[in-house]
Amino acid sequence: MTSTPTTPTTAATREAYPFALAELVAEGIDVVAIDADLSVSTMGYQFGEMHPDRWLTVGVAEQNMVGIAAGLAAAGKTAFIASFASFLPGRCFDQLRTSVAQPKGGLNVKCVASHGGVTVGEDGMSAQAIEDLALATSLIPFDVVVPADFEEARQALIAVGQTTRPAYVRTGRPKVPGLYSNGYRFQIGRADRLREGSDVTLIACGILVGIAVQAAEALSAEGISARVLNMATIKPLDREAVIAAASETGAIVTAEEHQTHGGLGTAVARVLAETVPTPIAFVGVDRYGTSGKWDELLGYFELTPQRLAAAAREVIARKR
Amino acid sequence: MSIAVAPVSIDELKATARRLRAHIVRMVASAQSGHPGGSLSAVELGVALFWNHLRCDPANPGWPDRDRFILSKGHATPFYYGLLAERGYFGIDQLAGFRKLGSPLQGHPSMGAMPGVEMSSGSLGQGLSFAIGQSIAGKMDGRDYRCWVLMGDGELNEGQVWEAAMAVPHFGLGERIIALVDRNGIQNDGFADTIMKTNPPEMWRGFGWHVIECDGHDMAAVDQALAEAERPHDRPRCVVAYTTKGRGVSFMENNPSFHGKAPTGEQLETALKEIEAGL
Repeated sequence: MTSTPTTPTTAATREAYPFALAELVAEGIDVVAIDADLSVSTMGYQFGEMHPDRWLTVGVAEQNMVGIAAGLAAAGKTAFIASFASFLPGRCFDQLRTSVAQPKGGLNVKCVASHGGVTVGEDGMSAQAIEDLALATSLIPFDVVVPADFEEARQALIAVGQTTRPAYVRTGRPKVPGLYSNGYRFQIGRADRLREGSDVTLIACGILVGIAVQAAEALSAEGISARVLNMATIKPLDREAVIAAASETGAIVTAEEHQTHGGLGTAVARVLAETVPTPIAFVGVDRYGTSGKWDELLGYFELTPQRLAAAAREVIARKR
Repeated sequence: MSIAVAPVSIDELKATARRLRAHIVRMVASAQSGHPGGSLSAVELGVALFWNHLRCDPANPGWPDRDRFILSKGHATPFYYGLLAERGYFGIDQLAGFRKLGSPLQGHPSMGAMPGVEMSSGSLGQGLSFAIGQSIAGKMDGRDYRCWVLMGDGELNEGQVWEAAMAVPHFGLGERIIALVDRNGIQNDGFADTIMKTNPPEMWRGFGWHVIECDGHDMAAVDQALAEAERPHDRPRCVVAYTTKGRGVSFMENNPSFHGKAPTGEQLETALKEIEAGL
């Protein structure tokens, strides 16, 4: 629990949270972390075991949690708050807006929302957050990050902890195959090009990144060359990477475990509209869900390599 | 380092309260918008607190050991800005900019926009939570400052207030946080008893607080209640001050329509005369 894996490992992104917090404390950052009775799931409790003086739980009270974090930040602390993505930001959006985002251009509060998207699984639609990125990206000073694997989550949480800006980081429940070793260097606002390609670019975040790589491999067998960008940072978006993808491949597919309104796809489409208008297809979740195992739900919602490949063929056909 | 509060006489406090009431009605009249009712009701609480109880240094508003005054009922900015100006945080001439383009004195408080403004508020119910965060930080950092949180009685409808109210005793912050309730009996849409009938003292006691009740317009009684609130107790302290919305101006008193309405020019003259006469 105190050592960090050095090679890509199959783990849930949420498991990186306590490691990242401990590393920030070791760097001398004055961290206080708060949970709202879900610490066994957000993994915040592990940090509480390491640093009991820097961790507290406020009971089932997300609004109070945000206000406490704002007060801590106003007094100079780096405040982390954790809950499920269905409650954070949904249950406490007004508190994030009024008490965190608006004061002084944004207080130093980091939201770490676990169980993002539909892969929360059996808990069903009320627990499946497909709106959180739309809400979080609407908070003006916030950075918004959706890491793809354990190592990227660890580095992203450290990176946001090293700034004084507010941030929203979405982590996931299921264990997913690792993409990165600790030789990787995450940077806020920088896409990572996982695969070169010239016919189309698949731009994904979170659990869809690995699925996009599989889609690109399948397309390659048909002679279609697909670039894959891991766009972990939704805000600020890596505009240069999007423009380069549009200019060099001429077709874009976005993929996210979120509705297609207000998340990664919307952000990418805006850059294209402003710079290099390019055919684009959006893969996401535009209906409320149901119970099932997380991998079954990926199939149910067609968050699959097959669907991404089909979207790629469709968007390539629209190229002029 | 600690700046001792040098007590001011009740007569001097009353004179300050009259000046503050005049600022309130002038600001709202000049802006032709704002919230005079719940500003006028809070005057004695604010004046007694800022002169005789709040550890503060207006010349050094960022002093880390200062007591924090948190205006949770954020619409009472005429009261708040007038109070800060009278206490010396900024010039009284600034009050003329209230709610006007180009002035930092927005309709609701914006943290850091003016010296002494500790928190952004306006969306109700958030101040007590903010005070908990400030107080936990103070505890961690070995500072003994206190947070005084002023809430309205209508504001107590907000669920977040009670999330925070249960957390203060849980975290043992009773020596650091003092709640103040301006019980003026009127909220935005009308009389509180018809909009949402509540019993604030019983509610606070039910959440584990020691409640101190006072006549919120008797300056000596308010001063005494705040002094009692500063004394150690095995429970956190909440002062419930019974007040009159619009206090000091006859046609605003107990009149729900002056929750968020400005007086006309003629009404302003009448109001200033009544305030001067100390109605």
